[in-house]
Amino acid sequence: MSLMTGDEKHGPAATSTLDALWVLYDRVLRVTPETAGDSDRDRFLLSKGHGPMAYYAVLTAKGFLPEDWLPGFGTFDSPLGHHPDRTLVPGAEIGSGSLGHGLPLAVGTALGLRAQGHTRSAVWVLVGDAEMDEGSNSEALAFAGATGLENLHVLVVDNASGTYGRRGGIASRFTVEGWSATTVDGRDHEALYRAYTAPHPGRPHCVVAQVESAP
Amino acid sequence: MRERFTRVASELLDEDPRLAVVLAVISADRFARAARAHPHRVVDVGIREQLLVGVAGGMALTGLRPIVHTFASFLVERPFEQVKLDLGHQAAEAVLVSSGASYDVASGGRTHQAPGDIALLDTLDGWTVHVPGHPDEAEALLRHAAAGTGTRVYVRLSEQSNGTARPVGPGRFQVLREGRAGVVVAVGPLLDATLEATRGTDVTVLYASTVRPFDAAGLRAAVAGTTAADVVLVEPYLAGTSVSFAADALRDVPHRVLPLGTAREELRRYGTWREHVAAHGLDAAGIRRQIDGFLARG
Repeated sequence: MSLMTGDEKHGPAATSTLDALWVLYDRVLRVTPETAGDSDRDRFLLSKGHGPMAYYAVLTAKGFLPEDWLPGFGTFDSPLGHHPDRTLVPGAEIGSGSLGHGLPLAVGTALGLRAQGHTRSAVWVLVGDAEMDEGSNSEALAFAGATGLENLHVLVVDNASGTYGRRGGIASRFTVEGWSATTVDGRDHEALYRAYTAPHPGRPHCVVAQVESAP
Repeated sequence: MRERFTRVASELLDEDPRLAVVLAVISADRFARAARAHPHRVVDVGIREQLLVGVAGGMALTGLRPIVHTFASFLVERPFEQVKLDLGHQAAEAVLVSSGASYDVASGGRTHQAPGDIALLDTLDGWTVHVPGHPDEAEALLRHAAAGTGTRVYVRLSEQSNGTARPVGPGRFQVLREGRAGVVVAVGPLLDATLEATRGTDVTVLYASTVRPFDAAGLRAAVAGTTAADVVLVEPYLAGTSVSFAADALRDVPHRVLPLGTAREELRRYGTWREHVAAHGLDAAGIRRQIDGFLARG
């Protein structure tokens, strides 16, 4: 990550996701550079598109990106922007930046995979806790819970940055809509892994990864 | 046209496993049979229009070709950022089919009217826009859109339609009448009124059921056959929507353009769509009056 410079404002946002992303890519997702074009691969959608350095670093470590792309981060000739563009970044399933788009796209992805019989394919989407303030996420959350979209998984990286907080905690927002949800220490790799792989028959699954508060 | 759309889209679901229909309550009752036959390819997200378009984007990323439908105001205007990002920015392909158009729901007021839908789409790239003037044209253009690849398509359905269908040829304006005094481009359901308005006048009448891409070559050829490069655009949505396209087509030709369409000022009236057509000066008498004045000043 030190190869990527600039974007200092988003620095803390970048490291908040690092452990959660690493465990997901290293131990859970069924996708590699070789299978990135397979129709039944697992999908990871980075919805919280700001602070993508950890994402680029993990994609590099897993062989999706060449390491020599990293120093150009954010420059005119680099495919790696301060918000990712799926048409430029190998392995990126969506372009993001404007908050509140990844979860609805993930719902559509999960529905599309189900319609084509890819029942084994899991869809994961990473959102920030403040991002859950976007109304589009409320639409997606309620729909996915009501329809029991089992292959959908949300990873909320919670650095307590939501402007008015969330009475009752983030997870309760999901469980009240019929989701399975669990809250863990976002720096504890074993806890993350257990939360990621917990069974959740008949319902979508949410993992809230708590990290240190935004400065 | 909406009746024809729901019937044909249901048939297309039977024929093509790549297709899906995504709804937000509107017209869901008309897809009940299709939903029973294809429970995973007919999805009603409820009254959630941001999700409507987001779901379509996600489905498209898995290889499906979603047909997305609700009223124009809730399909293009309300979730415009989803249209821009979840489809355009993702390079995802989909077919958006709207009903309601500019004034179909006249008695419903401004909330259910979308005269600016095409002007909004014009801020984005890669959109094909069909404005059928007859249910048969709507069917042909829908089948064309459903079979296509590599494009984002908007099909704008309306209650208003012409007495007879014209053959559709996406990307080409059809020459229906030839004259020397100017060129009148009639879009979709305003063709009948335009033909009546120009009866006995010496103008060329072009018919457009597809407005994007804009047939620049067709307009240039028509203008070349006239003695005055006077162009009238008759559009059933915001007046002037296609002016920049006409200007670009005629960039090397000194020309005048009269843009007819719905007024930007809000018409705070209810009533019927026919009354709104007249109020916007888009009935035959209104079109005739405006064209006569324009050509007389030339």
